[in-house]
Amino acid sequence: MIEVQHLTKRYGQHVALDGVSFSVGPGEVVGFLGPNGAGKSTTMRILTTFMAATSGTARVCGDCVFEQPDRVRERIGYMPENNPLPPDLRVADYLGFRAQLKRLANGKAAERVGEVMEQCGIADVAKRFIDQLSRGYRQRVGMADALLAKPELIVLDEPTAGLDPNQVRSVRNLIRDLAGRHTVLISSHILSEIEMTCDRVVILHEGRLLASGALDELMAKANAVVAEVKTTLANAKEWAAELALGQAECAQQPGGYVRCRFANTTNDDARETIFASANARGWSLRELSRQAPSLEDLFVSLTRGREGG
Amino acid sequence: MSVFRALVRRELSAFFQGPTGFIIIAAVLFLIGLGFVVVLSGLNGEATPMPVTQVFYGTYFFWVILLLIAPVITMRSFAMERASGTYESLMTAPIGDWQVVLSKFAGALIFYAILWLPLLVCSMVVRFYVGESAVLELGTMFTSALGVLLVGCLYMSLGCFASALTRNQAVAAVSGFAMGAALFFTGFFSFFAGDRSDWLSQLARHVSLPSHMESFSRGVIDLGAVIFFSSLTALFLYLTHKVVESRRWK
Repeated sequence: MIEVQHLTKRYGQHVALDGVSFSVGPGEVVGFLGPNGAGKSTTMRILTTFMAATSGTARVCGDCVFEQPDRVRERIGYMPENNPLPPDLRVADYLGFRAQLKRLANGKAAERVGEVMEQCGIADVAKRFIDQLSRGYRQRVGMADALLAKPELIVLDEPTAGLDPNQVRSVRNLIRDLAGRHTVLISSHILSEIEMTCDRVVILHEGRLLASGALDELMAKANAVVAEVKTTLANAKEWAAELALGQAECAQQPGGYVRCRFANTTNDDARETIFASANARGWSLRELSRQAPSLEDLFVSLTRGREGG
Repeated sequence: MSVFRALVRRELSAFFQGPTGFIIIAAVLFLIGLGFVVVLSGLNGEATPMPVTQVFYGTYFFWVILLLIAPVITMRSFAMERASGTYESLMTAPIGDWQVVLSKFAGALIFYAILWLPLLVCSMVVRFYVGESAVLELGTMFTSALGVLLVGCLYMSLGCFASALTRNQAVAAVSGFAMGAALFFTGFFSFFAGDRSDWLSQLARHVSLPSHMESFSRGVIDLGAVIFFSSLTALFLYLTHKVVESRRWK
């Protein structure tokens, strides 16, 4: 479905993308993960034919995005970053206009607009002006537009940015509904977001590809252990350094306890080691738990792995 | 074709969804009315050897309206889409760059044509009171309208080009005005040049918009003027297309 090879994009001196290669199969839901400025939007803009890359190739459904942009555009539904919409149109009119641009036959356009409004839950605001809508509704209008022409590939740039938890859940459900019928590419800088919707992730950092593959496999390489021990902060820091379980953060807690968080534990389960070591020092331990890694932990473990190997 | 029509309709609806279009129309209506009164009082009921249309284009009202209003009409076209980000969803829809450029140009031109409709009413008023059809022949009115439209093509394409260069509407309006005014005043020098034949005077005479307009207002279709206006329009549309295309340059 998507084949990207050695994609590089330079803005003057600044390198936004540096030799990124990955591929996406049909029907997959793939997440672009990375902090702001990692090159997620740039990659999406290139894939959707909005911009050209400085070098490298990108194919969508076998068509080169540089040489056959028209063919690619017919096959994609794209919601750009921040979901820009014209404020002066009514929801139904805007989608009708977009349907015409996407060459939906006149008779079918109205029917299809009704369908996507139903699917995205915006039928009740069809007659409202877009600038009167809440962010959650606006986001769903953007997604409805992306779905209009039943495209093979749907590209959504940060679909949950700026939404409240309820709105996030409804957008997430919408994306999960699309899986199987469409290939979906979404971007986010929130790990849990991607974790809940995507089969696979492509992790970008400073324009370079850090990793791509099934998320659970990547997550297995990184985890974090939290321990609360009764000692002084200085002692705890010394202890953490001695254990050498990876990057550790210690913070004073009320009641004379110190909370230590060990990220990137190379050991599969470091809890036994930590327990034994705290025991040997005679410190009382009131919490010891294993946590899912944060995006930061994942980055730390991935960048470490790269430097080490 | 239906895609192009949808794009043009969207351009026009943008003028009338908000107050922008109506404010422009009100301003132009006021200036046309003022110009009309000045022209009529200047005639003072006396006979004139010139057609009334020529009298009107001879006054500075027509040019003031053109120079001031044209960049305001076109400033939105590309700059606003860029600023709001809708440019991205527009340019990734299955439509060509030329369709976008031409639809924005056509939308602006149609709005521009609507602006001059009150002039038609003014002419009818003159015709009604004078009672002589000789004062305002249909042919003269037609060629005058053609002239107004051709100047409009030039200024709308120039404005679209200015708008395509920036994401700031104010910058688009000011640079559009500067380019339009520069073109107009270069031609203005031909009045000072008299019948000198150095290359600068010849150039000034060649790009003189008022003198190109003059033949139209006398009821003559000057082929040279038609070619002048349409070639410059084509040039600016081509440049606009290049700017739009440039986002996909490597």
